[in-house]
Amino acid sequence: MAKTAFTLAGLTLKNRVLVASGTYGYGDDTLDLADPAKLGGIVTKSLSMKPRAGNPPPRIVETSSGMLNSIGLANIGVMKFIEEKLPVLRGLSTAIIANIAASSIDEYCQVLEVLNEQEGVDGFEINVSCPNVREGGLNFGTSCPMVSEITARLRKLTRKPLIIKLTPNVTHISEFARAAQDAGADAVSVINTLIGMAINIHTRRPMLATTTGGLSGPAIKPVALAKVYEASRAVKIPVIGIGGIMNANDAIEFLIAGASAVQVGTANFVDPAAGIKIAEGMNTFCDENRIEDIGSLVGSLVTTGNVSVVDSWL
Amino acid sequence: MITQELSPVTGVRQLADTVFVCSVRSPRIASEVKPGQFVNILIEQTTDPLLRRPFSVYRVDGDRIEIIFNVVGRGTALMSHKGPGDTLDILGPLGVPYSFLDESFSTALLVAGGLGVAPMPLSTGFLKSRGKKVVTFLGARTASAVLPHHLENLQVATDDGTMGFRGNVVELLGSVWKSHTYVKPKIFACGPTAMLRGLAAFAVKQDIPCEVSLEGPMACGIGICQGCPVELVGEEKKFALMCKDGPTFDVRKIRF
Repeated sequence: MAKTAFTLAGLTLKNRVLVASGTYGYGDDTLDLADPAKLGGIVTKSLSMKPRAGNPPPRIVETSSGMLNSIGLANIGVMKFIEEKLPVLRGLSTAIIANIAASSIDEYCQVLEVLNEQEGVDGFEINVSCPNVREGGLNFGTSCPMVSEITARLRKLTRKPLIIKLTPNVTHISEFARAAQDAGADAVSVINTLIGMAINIHTRRPMLATTTGGLSGPAIKPVALAKVYEASRAVKIPVIGIGGIMNANDAIEFLIAGASAVQVGTANFVDPAAGIKIAEGMNTFCDENRIEDIGSLVGSLVTTGNVSVVDSWL
Repeated sequence: MITQELSPVTGVRQLADTVFVCSVRSPRIASEVKPGQFVNILIEQTTDPLLRRPFSVYRVDGDRIEIIFNVVGRGTALMSHKGPGDTLDILGPLGVPYSFLDESFSTALLVAGGLGVAPMPLSTGFLKSRGKKVVTFLGARTASAVLPHHLENLQVATDDGTMGFRGNVVELLGSVWKSHTYVKPKIFACGPTAMLRGLAAFAVKQDIPCEVSLEGPMACGIGICQGCPVELVGEEKKFALMCKDGPTFDVRKIRF
């Protein structure tokens, strides 16, 4: 069997498949349906200092091979997370990455400091790219100096893995990946959702209460792959690929494009065991193709010679 | 416990113009589901449509469950074409059932509008087996849209007066209420949101306990996407989740 483990800034993950923030709750809603010990890790729902109620309904709408969401960072707040959720998460035998969202740099720092002392929190992913809240979120993620400053401030506060989650809603994501790397990030997650919209033509109203939302699902996979390719060529730190991964083949595409690991998001809503099935499917692919270390796929895109046309498109 | 069951379709039958009942073999869900709970069904293994579709459980027969649905979109259209040989990936049972074990009532007034009849046959059987009296008020647009099967002490209202009371089901309940003799009544309802709002106003005014089953856009059905908020009554703005904390709610605890 192929080597599947992956070490990220000193943290060893069992495999290269994590579940994405906001698509797996706090890890305790799916225990009947999927064994999290078979995942590389769980990235928690975004945590802020105080609880956030989130946006009014409707918060979601299905689109062609995708969905729009406007949850608005609804979460129970970091203190309640530590009291109620973390004790459960500690027992799951998988890496726990706490995702942090905030509306000021100080709040990012506060939340990280509180979590940094907690046993069971193995690393951090910083959400500088939520499209669904007015203050903060995406506003941080679309400014390179801001990404740089947030990363540098947080870097001083923790030795645990620090991952910055980038938005695709910029012209050159590579500049942002480089800014995060230069300020001390251990990895970047690429990508958060794309800003999107859907309209009811009969009422002429938007389908989401907030008018626009974040597009996810297989619809965004080609965009995500291109962003991963761009970012991974610009930095030396690992890139974690996210965007419409539904099966093992999708995940392998991301590794070839340059991702060192992947996160599975919207697929969890369709099948809460999607991440596990994807990790197993990647192993099968490696076995069938005599790949001894899955890591050898990372960034292995062949760019020389002619691009061959295959007939599988038929 | 929530299970994911690959369920063979045993049949799909047409009840009315666009109304179908799909029957599937789901032994684990059949043995655990309680009235008011729902299942989330992956109708196709494609990415378009991408998400599961939530449905109330209409009836349970041995190891089979039945889903009643109206063809209103792509998912339901695809489901209407299923038959023996097809398999559906079903997640369930989900959500909080109606509080039928509540000792404070002895007469259940089941109030349904249109396809809101979906949870009522399972509810009726459950209530009768526990010695509760059941009275059913069913509203529909017109006589041909009335789905009167497997119900108890049925009173019908149609918008056009082609069957029973002329008007909506809340008006029907109001007309009966003036001279009712129900012992310790409690309303359990399901239907369009506008109807449920009218019913909630009536129940609060008449001081009747009332639980409603809500319907709305939903993705995961188990609480991980946070996509189906229902606003709770209170000073601070707070949301419950329709899928996990509902779909049944005490009308006095929510703003909808």
